[in-house]
Amino acid sequence: MLTQEQHYMPRTGMVTLLTELQQRGYEVIGPGVQDGAIVFHPLTQVDSLPQGIEQTQQPGHYRLHQTESARYFSWANGPQALKPLTFAPRETLWRSEQNADGSLRFTETLADRSLTAVIGIRGCDLAALALQEQHFAEDPYYRQRRANLLLIAVDCSHPADTCFCASTGDGPGADRGYDIALTELDDGYLVRANSEPGKAVLAALPLEAASQKHLEQADDQHRHARQQQRQLPRFDPERLIHQGQSAVWEAVADRCLSCGNCTSVCPSCFCFSEQEVPELDGQTSSHQRQWDSCFSEGHSYIHGHRFRPDTRGRYRQWLTHKFGSWVEQYGRSGCTGCGRCISWCPVGIDPLEILEQLGQEGTDE
Amino acid sequence: MNNPALPTNALILNRIQETEDIFTLQLRLTDPRQHWRLEIQPGQFNMLYRFGVGEIPISFKAISQDEAGEPVLEHTIRSVGRVSRALADLKPGSHIGLRGPFGQGWPLRRAEHQDLCVVTGGLGCAPAVSIIEHAFANRDRYGHIHIIQGVKHSADLLWRSRYEFWAQQPDTTVMMAADVAAPGWPWYSGRVTELIKRLPLKPERTLVCCCGPEPMMQASAEQLIRQQVPPDAIWLSMERNMQCASGHCGHCQFGADFICRDGPVMPYPRLRDRLGLEGI
Amino acid sequence: MARPRIAVHKFSSCDGCQLAFLNLGEALLELSEQVEILHFLEAGMNDPATPVDIAFVEGSLSTPDELERIQQVRANSRYLVTLGACATSGGLQALRNLEGRHDEWRDAIYAQPEYIQTLKEVRPIASAVKVDLELWGCPVNSDQVLAAVRALLFGVSPVDDRDRVCLECKRQQAVCVMVTQGRPCMGPVTRTGCGALCPRFGRDCYGCFGPSETAQTDTLAQRFAGLGLVPDAIARRFLMINSQAPAFLQTGRVFFHTPAGDQDD
Repeated sequence: MLTQEQHYMPRTGMVTLLTELQQRGYEVIGPGVQDGAIVFHPLTQVDSLPQGIEQTQQPGHYRLHQTESARYFSWANGPQALKPLTFAPRETLWRSEQNADGSLRFTETLADRSLTAVIGIRGCDLAALALQEQHFAEDPYYRQRRANLLLIAVDCSHPADTCFCASTGDGPGADRGYDIALTELDDGYLVRANSEPGKAVLAALPLEAASQKHLEQADDQHRHARQQQRQLPRFDPERLIHQGQSAVWEAVADRCLSCGNCTSVCPSCFCFSEQEVPELDGQTSSHQRQWDSCFSEGHSYIHGHRFRPDTRGRYRQWLTHKFGSWVEQYGRSGCTGCGRCISWCPVGIDPLEILEQLGQEGTDE
Repeated sequence: MNNPALPTNALILNRIQETEDIFTLQLRLTDPRQHWRLEIQPGQFNMLYRFGVGEIPISFKAISQDEAGEPVLEHTIRSVGRVSRALADLKPGSHIGLRGPFGQGWPLRRAEHQDLCVVTGGLGCAPAVSIIEHAFANRDRYGHIHIIQGVKHSADLLWRSRYEFWAQQPDTTVMMAADVAAPGWPWYSGRVTELIKRLPLKPERTLVCCCGPEPMMQASAEQLIRQQVPPDAIWLSMERNMQCASGHCGHCQFGADFICRDGPVMPYPRLRDRLGLEGI
Repeated sequence: MARPRIAVHKFSSCDGCQLAFLNLGEALLELSEQVEILHFLEAGMNDPATPVDIAFVEGSLSTPDELERIQQVRANSRYLVTLGACATSGGLQALRNLEGRHDEWRDAIYAQPEYIQTLKEVRPIASAVKVDLELWGCPVNSDQVLAAVRALLFGVSPVDDRDRVCLECKRQQAVCVMVTQGRPCMGPVTRTGCGALCPRFGRDCYGCFGPSETAQTDTLAQRFAGLGLVPDAIARRFLMINSQAPAFLQTGRVFFHTPAGDQDD
């Protein structure tokens, strides 16, 4: 499964890793506990990693538990993925200014971003990053943020009950798209690098040869993690768009709040709206973009008409796009099995159940 | 420098009130380095920006010339929303922002040496006017020109004198339909599809450009197909919410297509199974 | 060009929304260069009858006198903006509408009720005169007030952002209090404008900006029941600061004064 050369690093090596990254000029972002969830934030010391934290995730439900374990990464994920780091929740695209003669001057707001290393990325999130890279390939704002990231993945050893990455082919291990990947074991880590910057960092770490015992433990752990997974049901992506008359949409609309939380926590969802924010003096103005959702009324609005006025149409758009049209757009489904849309839905709607029903139904005609 | 997200300045040279709520802006791109934007094709669009208020997508209408021979970019706008009303308030001498051109225009190359059939419904259909103007400006490249225009009410007809002028041109058919016609309406009263039936089409050598409400475009396309026009010779100009204009913001998705980037002009077979699906 | 003339009028309210103006600080100085503020009692300007371009109205209509006064305000203003929950939906004081026992309560509370002249029901401004823009919130958000003024100075209608709090909450990277704590958060049905202020500080939204677009209030009430809230507690989530906003009122009424709720009290 894992092709790169494997090394072993004792748990104390995390301190060296963090120090090395800092010395190389990276701002380090890592997981921590905040407001009852695993949240990625600036990491200045290893002590603030979520040691011994495990979690329970169910539809509409997320809880953390403290255990005696010395592990730092014994949880699946939190509400964020890499998305906020590459596709900012809100950012200014350009500024405009009125000259004395009334003409307008436009200024780009692309600023140099500092080097950022992110520790604790999961396979599902790396896969979602690859999806966003396809979508934002021509977007200068995205590209600039992405170019300055060093990604340190950790194979997922404790998937949640909401996870199904094995069935989408995106986890639980980190297979591609990282600079460095770790497999967390009881007493340390297996470490592998997948890029030149990653190898350079590795060279400074206290590594030993991985023992057979370590490799076997990693294999067992991986096999176990795969077994915990839910499954993506059988359905036909091409048919989804033609299943608009199905009764499932009515039923889900009765339960759905149209709140858009599923789209915000989804690591691949890319919709944004643009807005103008003029200064009070009326001389300068900022043109911004911010995360939008196909669950908002503004999303399908066009001079007086809404193509999707109700929750039924909006839920259908989301699911049909994510699992159907996405395949046509980018060659694969837009879902990487992270399960966030299930856990972070305030009413606990499970898209897999809806897909399963759709898979059993015919098309409209 | 060429960040497609960054607008350039445009001076309003002239403003023409076409109807109560439709107006045309004649614009000059004040920065000569930005004149590459004038390569815009019929069917494509620009994002027009009113300072401090916001942007809207507006279809390209025409490029004309002023007395000095300088290019003048024309956009026809209907003031229906916040930004379009704000643009409507601007007077000649004011400045706006402009970025573009965006999207896919009409298949001009493919249309050469073919008969052109332009079917439009509704008011001020600038994408259709742009292709008609283009065809007359390059008259020898095209065969017969059929122009079919449908309106809800006869009083809605915009650029009536243009249609009358085109009707006088050789090798040109102009037909008009009004769902509701006031007394004195010299043309047909009824649906556009009825007029299509009467067209002396040579289906094997006709390219169709269709623009208007989706049900009307769908009905027209199906009627044309019944008259043996090949489906892939029928092109529609689509409309959806567009904000970024570069296929990123997600609002304009029509199934798998981003209308702002893959459209707005698209071949009928690409759209056929999705047109008329509620909520798509 | 003459500076646009502005008035800030007070009706039945706590003055908190006027404070949103006063708390602008430097921006208020900048604003006063852009506009001429002619009437604003809390800031010391007193000229209630002067014609203005923009009138901001704080407070609800609670007395017969206010019903007359709002007509004058409307007649004297080109553009009328309601400032906050009281003016827009009746506010907290409109809770008395729910019981419909105006006379009984007045007589029980006041020693000399004959001196009290109040309307039987508290009403939002839009029930009496045309309102051009409604700014929600208890209190309003200063940035929203400034954005509205800026748009009007440009001669365009301000953006009416009807998105729900959840969208902004996620943009702010706040952790969902409903999912992690089981708190009965009103965010999914409440319009943003506050910047998801409460969830960012770990508490549940209580709906002070009123209903969002497509507010799925019945669905949320069902969820609250699932979180263990008794009917009266559900009613109180919806029937609070914006109890008279139709979407909140309709759902709140279903759970208001139901037997299970009485047991809880």
